[in-house]
Amino acid sequence: MIRFANVVKEYQRTGVALNDVSFFINKGEFVFLTGPSGAGKSSILKLIYMQELPTRGDVWVSGTKARGVKRKEIAMLRRKLGVVFQDFRLLEDRTVEANIAFALEVIDVPQDKIRSKVARLLGQVGLSSKATNFPSELSGGEQQRVAIARALANDPFVLVADEPTGNLDERATRGVFQLLRDINAAGTAVVMATHNLELVKRAEFRVLEINRGQVVFDSADEKKRKPELTP
Amino acid sequence: MRLAAREAMVGFQRAPMLSVLSITTIAFSLFAFGLFSLVALNLRTALQQVESRVEIRAFIGNEAAVEDVAEAMKVVGTYPEVSRVEYISAEQALERARTELAEFRDVFEAGVLPASIDVRLAEGHRDPTTVEAVAARIQALDVVEDARFGAEWVQKLYKIRNLATAAGVILGLAFATVAVIIIGATIRMAVMARAREISIMRLVGATDGFIRRPFLMEGFVKGVLGGILALVLTWIASIVISRYFIQTEFFDAKIALLGVLGGAVMGVVGSAVSVGRQIRKVT
Ligand SMILES: Nc1ncnc2c1ncn2[C@@H]1O[C@H](COP(=O)(O)OP(=O)(O)OP(=O)(O)O)[C@@H](O)[C@H]1O
Ligand SMILES: [Mg+2]
Repeated sequence: MIRFANVVKEYQRTGVALNDVSFFINKGEFVFLTGPSGAGKSSILKLIYMQELPTRGDVWVSGTKARGVKRKEIAMLRRKLGVVFQDFRLLEDRTVEANIAFALEVIDVPQDKIRSKVARLLGQVGLSSKATNFPSELSGGEQQRVAIARALANDPFVLVADEPTGNLDERATRGVFQLLRDINAAGTAVVMATHNLELVKRAEFRVLEINRGQVVFDSADEKKRKPELTP
Repeated sequence: MRLAAREAMVGFQRAPMLSVLSITTIAFSLFAFGLFSLVALNLRTALQQVESRVEIRAFIGNEAAVEDVAEAMKVVGTYPEVSRVEYISAEQALERARTELAEFRDVFEAGVLPASIDVRLAEGHRDPTTVEAVAARIQALDVVEDARFGAEWVQKLYKIRNLATAAGVILGLAFATVAVIIIGATIRMAVMARAREISIMRLVGATDGFIRRPFLMEGFVKGVLGGILALVLTWIASIVISRYFIQTEFFDAKIALLGVLGGAVMGVVGSAVSVGRQIRKVT
């Protein structure tokens, strides 16, 4: 579903950010990306939603190949995946429901469908009562829920989350993380970059640890390897 | 259309000065085209009237024999450009001069004006070059002393018309270029002002075409407004000219519509040239 094959990412101004990264993420999986600051976590996520393209190697995401991908194909890919960030990226001059509807309007979904869909999404993230509030009237956790609802608007097969709890306190972090788990339980894959090792430890999900642009640990490999390593 | 108007209004509120500037430069561009087209149009009407009277008058030497004159007339009559050949005797010439220039009737004395062959040209052969060529051929005939034609001022009228057309095109193009540049700058600002919105649009899968749409709409509306403004300006100009200078006719509805359409094209093209490049900068 998501495959990285010997991916090298070199930025023009900063040089090599990812060096020979290969991994595979299955349908419906929950994967943590961990590692120190500057390790290359965000770069991996950007390669998944094709904000960046690999310098060498290749990336496949749900049938879309990064090498030689067309702008139009990237737009179509983004309709099949959701992305959330640490800073929410909501439009401040629009209400909660308008922010969610926005994601559907810009891909030409008919109005009547949008209305019912937005109502359903608001229910899913537990914000039905805040539909007509503006982002500035919401707590951080609530704003991230809005961003998640927006990311889910197109029924994505994967939710890409770049430190979604980075700006949240402990309580809000737990709430948002639980929401991500629920989403995953309903069948959507989640790829989440995080610094929060508490979350990683408590959950039993797959962990990809990145350091200096390389995958230094993959819990999926570890499980496979474990029987061989332990006598 | 409602959506287009709304998008344009939003654009207006965001950059009112630049929007007004865009519209007025489009208007000036079309106004330059329009004003000079107006001159050209009216000159063409004048030229058509003048041209229908274009004649070559070949003066006959005093000692020319009647048979030679008749022969010359026959020859001239065979020219494909010629529609009519007429002999004007010295007496007829005097009579005509006296009636046409009644104020000076006493000035003209018998024998002052020579006899002539008046040649009228067929339609389609009344432009200055043809007239000149035919006149030269007539001039070469033995009996003809001098062939005259209203060359100077027909040519002058033609020149003025060509000049008006050229000036209109050059000025219009110059303004059009400025209009396109200003529209481009407006788009750049508009894209920057909406960068956050555009990047979110991209993130959720909006295509370049979709992102471009409102900017093109805005350009279209501005172009149409500029076109209408130009039409009003040209119309006012034609009224002023009619009242204080000479009676002028105005464009018919088709050409007026074409002008407004020209504005729309300018607005859309100006936007399209810039918007593709600008929105690609937002990732
Ligand atoms: N757009 C960019 N242009 C140039 N260099 C970049 C760009 N984005 C990231 N980099 C570089 O790539 C490297 C990896 O950055 P990346 O953002 O992927 O790290 P990260 O693991 O997400 O870090 P953090 O935990 O701090 O978010 C860094 O050295 C960074 O300077
Ligand atoms: Mg990062």
